[in-house]
Amino acid sequence: MQLWLDAVFVLIMLTNLSLLAASRMRLIIRAAAIQGVLLGLLPLLFSLEGSLAANLGFSAFVLGIKGLGFPWLLTRTCRRVRITPEIEPYIGYNFSVILGIVGLLVSLWLEHRLDLPVRVSGLSVSAAFMTIFSGFLLVVSRKKAVTQVIGYLAAENGIFLFGLSLAPHGPMWLELCVLLDIFVAVFVMGIAIHNIGREFDSVDIGAVDSLKD
Amino acid sequence: MLLPAIIIVPFAAGVLALLIRADGPRRALLVVAAGLHLALSLFAATHDVPPAWGGLLIFDALGRLFLCLASILFSASAVYALGYLRAEEAGPRPDFVEGTLFVNAPEARFTACLLFFLAAMSLVCTTRHLGLLWVGVEATTLASAPLIYFHRQRRSLEATWKYLMICSVGIALALFGNILLTAAVGGEAGGVQSMNVADLVRRAADIREPWFQAAFICILVGYGTKMGLAPMHTWLPDAHSEAPSIVSALLSGALLNCAFLGILRVVEVGAAAGQAAFAMDLLVLFGLLSMTLAAVFIVGQGDFKRLLAYSSVEHMGLLALGVGLGGGAVFGAMLHAVNHSLAKAGLFLLAGNILAAFHTKSAHDVRGVVRVMPVTGVFWLAGFLAITGTPPFGLFVSEFAIVRQAMLGGRYLVAGLMLASLAAIFAGFSIAVLRMAQGTPPPSFRRPPGGERLTSIVSPVVLCAATAVLGVYIPSSLTRFLVEAARATGLPLGGLP
Repeated sequence: MQLWLDAVFVLIMLTNLSLLAASRMRLIIRAAAIQGVLLGLLPLLFSLEGSLAANLGFSAFVLGIKGLGFPWLLTRTCRRVRITPEIEPYIGYNFSVILGIVGLLVSLWLEHRLDLPVRVSGLSVSAAFMTIFSGFLLVVSRKKAVTQVIGYLAAENGIFLFGLSLAPHGPMWLELCVLLDIFVAVFVMGIAIHNIGREFDSVDIGAVDSLKD
Repeated sequence: MLLPAIIIVPFAAGVLALLIRADGPRRALLVVAAGLHLALSLFAATHDVPPAWGGLLIFDALGRLFLCLASILFSASAVYALGYLRAEEAGPRPDFVEGTLFVNAPEARFTACLLFFLAAMSLVCTTRHLGLLWVGVEATTLASAPLIYFHRQRRSLEATWKYLMICSVGIALALFGNILLTAAVGGEAGGVQSMNVADLVRRAADIREPWFQAAFICILVGYGTKMGLAPMHTWLPDAHSEAPSIVSALLSGALLNCAFLGILRVVEVGAAAGQAAFAMDLLVLFGLLSMTLAAVFIVGQGDFKRLLAYSSVEHMGLLALGVGLGGGAVFGAMLHAVNHSLAKAGLFLLAGNILAAFHTKSAHDVRGVVRVMPVTGVFWLAGFLAITGTPPFGLFVSEFAIVRQAMLGGRYLVAGLMLASLAAIFAGFSIAVLRMAQGTPPPSFRRPPGGERLTSIVSPVVLCAATAVLGVYIPSSLTRFLVEAARATGLPLGGLP
């Protein structure tokens, strides 16, 4: 089981790099979807408490929301605002990927250094830290509102993974409530982006800066 | 069943509001739901209420205090909304800044979101489970974001986006902190980890120090973003200034308190774990930073709604400072939360009246409010004196309690910085407010037909009057209530009455 788990963690790290490297809307949404599917597999592999049926249900729910729901919402938003396919970063893709690798190295070092209060499996905490880092990096380094949402989702994915590794016996209803909250958040953000596209003729956040002192 | 009802009543009313087509009954529903919620909250606050949902919903002194405040402000806003929504009836209208036309969001959706917002705040106040609390705080963001975008024009959209993004990312950090906190008491693998404050306090001896400290920093920064502590406050002036005035009043008077409650819950865990000094030092730091920064932006501020927004940053700083100083200042902070909520909500509602009559948010272009709108003008002046902590208003009493504790504790630098900020803020406020209140209105000004509406003055007048009363007389029941709330933080209170 450990081997499978570590394989999933490595794949999650790779999806982070492809999020940072993606130069087209289609690609970045696909990377986010793959990351969501991988996270959906984790509750099964983690052998959480409770019946197999409950774990299967939870897994299906996470996979449904993170792997299918979010990508669907994002694609729909992109189509409705007729978004241009380029990502438009403030910093180059190569540099983003290098930053991502630096983030990975720091995460590995941090996991090694941390005196973890609970035994966690292999690479989970490094993968979580790297995902959170990549998410925040996307939020601040991409111009389009949609990519900021994807960054926010990646950060949430990292926190979800961190929660699964450190507090695997947390109540399932709570995870479900948190997921529901985030789903509504992405939905509301999608509506906001739609309106931004209509009002400003662009979803470039750089253009939205009239409010200041 | 009382505690669930406090959450379910506004939620159900919100769903109902979406279904009702006619404006009249929907507005009536808003007021009835607000009144019912207020009655339930006050009843629950004064009686012993059994926990519900398997102990997830528990009503403690802090929750009681902040729920009652939120409910009182919501009722005041609901009454104000009667007149406001009638004046804002459908149809394109010119935007007085850019001159373009815009329409309002559908009123049914606005009313529903207001009620969902109340339900989310009620959830935050009635739970001591940190996970559920997080869910509630995030829900307040989602319910209130559409409220800010009621006027469908560019500036409010920009404010909405900033609010959504900055607060969501901030609160994500708080979630991270919550996980760290459960890990901090984790012990060996397989232990049952509960995020209930009571459980965490009970197992406080097992809490690992560095993990708690990391958790506290994440939660303080996360909920601090929502609370408007500097330097994470950047969304706040935009959202408060672009939202309709009733929404600004609720955001400032009720929502910021709810975020503060999130921080206080973790302070309680920290106090039990012997980490009170660490938490308090950080609160003092963020408190002073917020006050200083607010003072810098208030002096010379030309937009009167932004002026009030920065004043909220200042007062949130004062709350953090009060709790951070400990002793009598914790009581002061609780009293200050009451005073600030009442006064600030009143001021935002009055600002809404001025905005509706003068069609500008620029403090330079508004003149002669006292002459053309006597009630609004006089209470605008009174509210200014109240919010800057001038006697005889309640804020003077609570600010005095905080300064006194700083002096008693020998922290003269803290007291000095606080007093300097308060002085600068008084000066900045007085320039803008006095200029607006006095003089003659500009020649282009047209008196609103029918004078001042009763619905738009009764709420702010009651709120401002309540602040004045609290300055000279605090009922003993309220004192007891506040002392209990101060005790509930778990901090060392010294010789509190």
